[in-house]
Amino acid sequence: MQKLARCLGALLAVLAAVLLAAPTAAAQGSGETIHGTLTYQDAPVAGVTITVSSADGDEIGTAQTAADGTWEVPVPGPGDYTVVLDAATLPSTAPGVARDTIETTVNPQQRKVVLFRVGAPEGGGDQPSPSATSPSEGGEEEGQAPGEGSAEAEAGEDITATAGNNQLLQLFVSGIRFGLILGLAGLGLSLVFGTTGLTNFAHGELIVFGAVAALLMNQAGVPILLAALLATLLSAVFGWGQDRGFWRPLRKKPTGLIALMIISIGVSLFLRYLTQFIIGGGRETYDQYTYQSPVSIGPLSITPRDLIIMGICVVLLAAVALALTRTRIGKATRAVADNPALAAASGINVDRVITVVWTVGTALAGLSGIFFGMIQGVDYLMGMRILLLVFAATVLGGLGTAWGAMVGALVVGVFIEVSAYVVPSELKTAGVLVVLILILLVRPQGILGRRERVG
Amino acid sequence: MDWGNILELSLRELVGVQAIVFALAAIGINVQFGYTGLLNFGQAAFAAVGGYGVAVIVTTYGWSFWLGLVVAVAAAVVLALLLGVPTLRLRADYLAIVTIAASEIVRLVGRSAWGRDVFGGSDGITGFSSAFYDLNPFTEPLELGPFEFRERVLWVLAVGWALVAICTLVVWLLMRSPWGRVLKAIREDEDAVRSLGKNVYAYKMQSLVIGGVMGAFAGIVYSLFQGAMQPDVYATNFTFFAYAILILGGAATVFGPVLGAAIIWFSFQFIDLALRGAIGEGYIPDWLMDSNDTGAVRFMLTGVVLVLLLVFRPQGILGDRREIALDAR
Repeated sequence: MQKLARCLGALLAVLAAVLLAAPTAAAQGSGETIHGTLTYQDAPVAGVTITVSSADGDEIGTAQTAADGTWEVPVPGPGDYTVVLDAATLPSTAPGVARDTIETTVNPQQRKVVLFRVGAPEGGGDQPSPSATSPSEGGEEEGQAPGEGSAEAEAGEDITATAGNNQLLQLFVSGIRFGLILGLAGLGLSLVFGTTGLTNFAHGELIVFGAVAALLMNQAGVPILLAALLATLLSAVFGWGQDRGFWRPLRKKPTGLIALMIISIGVSLFLRYLTQFIIGGGRETYDQYTYQSPVSIGPLSITPRDLIIMGICVVLLAAVALALTRTRIGKATRAVADNPALAAASGINVDRVITVVWTVGTALAGLSGIFFGMIQGVDYLMGMRILLLVFAATVLGGLGTAWGAMVGALVVGVFIEVSAYVVPSELKTAGVLVVLILILLVRPQGILGRRERVG
Repeated sequence: MDWGNILELSLRELVGVQAIVFALAAIGINVQFGYTGLLNFGQAAFAAVGGYGVAVIVTTYGWSFWLGLVVAVAAAVVLALLLGVPTLRLRADYLAIVTIAASEIVRLVGRSAWGRDVFGGSDGITGFSSAFYDLNPFTEPLELGPFEFRERVLWVLAVGWALVAICTLVVWLLMRSPWGRVLKAIREDEDAVRSLGKNVYAYKMQSLVIGGVMGAFAGIVYSLFQGAMQPDVYATNFTFFAYAILILGGAATVFGPVLGAAIIWFSFQFIDLALRGAIGEGYIPDWLMDSNDTGAVRFMLTGVVLVLLLVFRPQGILGDRREIALDAR
């Protein structure tokens, strides 16, 4: 069996390597259309059909490249789009196109540049980038501007992208940002699991709750910063109420852990589609802070908003860490996570600890949802998407440990963004999930988990 | 509102293709979760692998439909092994998390532009079902009172219900065999079974494989019926739906999944049509909901039903409260 396990491990590794091998090519500009210039050996290529469709596969529009090689397709709004070049319409002088399909993310007010590399299908740097705003990456294998994954970070502005290390650094920083927010999101899940044993599949909806509460207040005219504060408080109340009114009675009943897990799926379905009922199926954005000009710090360009978000995350994570080690309630929480019966016997009010964990955990999850909402927009499916990453983070770090959740989240965040360097952005999540399964093969208790927790 | 029409369309769903697909998926989960206590939250992946097996072999590579069926089943077996090896020795929730992750991996890879040449991207694959419909022995529509089934649907229904019957029979036979008793014993107390010298890991793996293959049947039937294999059908909701169906009908019962599937799809259709009717007649004001919201209402109800069932009647309609895995770790 051990041998079989190793074989399957190798198989998965090969799969991961294949996933990592596919390159992407995209670049960016500013505004709310997708456009670009098609050239071959410095001469424009005219009459080539380019089609843009939405993430759902609906066709948005088609354009033909003009005599000067330019093309433009207006898009209805920010979101993910697939741009396809019909290689059959290329003139006979052009040998082909390196990649005929490019997935891209358009940010609010952005005029996104998408460049197709005409040339041998292998690509490989023989084709100078045609657009003035686009990066020229001499030695790089494939032109990969800081679009794709990190596009969220540097929304809009024309960025004179830099090649190689700087781009990796840029991706690394946006990975740290993502990981910090993920850590905030995952703390509640990990602590609730630690203290009650519940794997809460509705945790993603707690993240969405904060984002949607802020969105609704924002749409009603409350400035977003105030709305964010109120939504975080509301999340805390929501968490408190959920524990007192729902989960605590279930624990008293008593209900088995697997039953609780499936109940949490029911709760998740209900809340997710309630969200769809309220905000509809599209993607909504806050009226401020969705788009900012980045500032340069040394080789990095980062928006002030992201700096502040990262600061808040670091402060909150540190505060939780300090609270867990220094305060009475924090120590009690760790005692309950260790052994609830023993904790109760030594005079700790286990129910109170669990309620505090629910309240704080939901508030942090709600806040992280607002941050995600500022960066990616709010839609009713974001909970499910983030939940899987949060699971990956907590399992990676070790289920039930607060430190594990933080470390795991940073690892997942950095991995997911840096992997955008080589993996098509649409497969970033799949890559992380493959890594999650590989880690379970080797070290099932996670990075910081304890051996005896594993069954 | 035309209640006769609503009732008629809803009654059709009692035996409809959706009911077949989810009955098959739920029978698979029943073997894994109901009898063995394995939390497979990735049944959607098995169904997707089944659908892709046929579609990729026939449309992408142009090989025979029968080979496609073999590949579909083989792919489900391989997927079960891949998921089972790292997780079956671990606690139940690890399997849950890994399987749900796997189902998203399958869907994301399937819909990616990167794999478009093989898997058809987010549009999916079409044009693989003609070999199946060429076998159709029905030449004219069947009329049963107010119901009329066209030949094409009739053929899918006949094959589908035959598959459901075979799977149900297999489950019934397996679970009254010594092998099935070991599965139930694993559900009740894994350590006790291990101390009797049984290879618990192997039994769990066999259960995962059998349930997964039944899941693949679900995917095959659905994609043949649709004439298209679309990755986004097999999102995590597919799995959660199948769980709701299983728990409604009764986990660890032979007929539970079939009953649950028929009831759920009947009620879905009925609620959907009734709500649309009420909106059309203006009984429900515009500001509350429009006809686009009925889909969301259906899922909200599924969630509520799932919670209420588990809190008040975890054994479902047919089940025995002493015989469910819900209190295990």
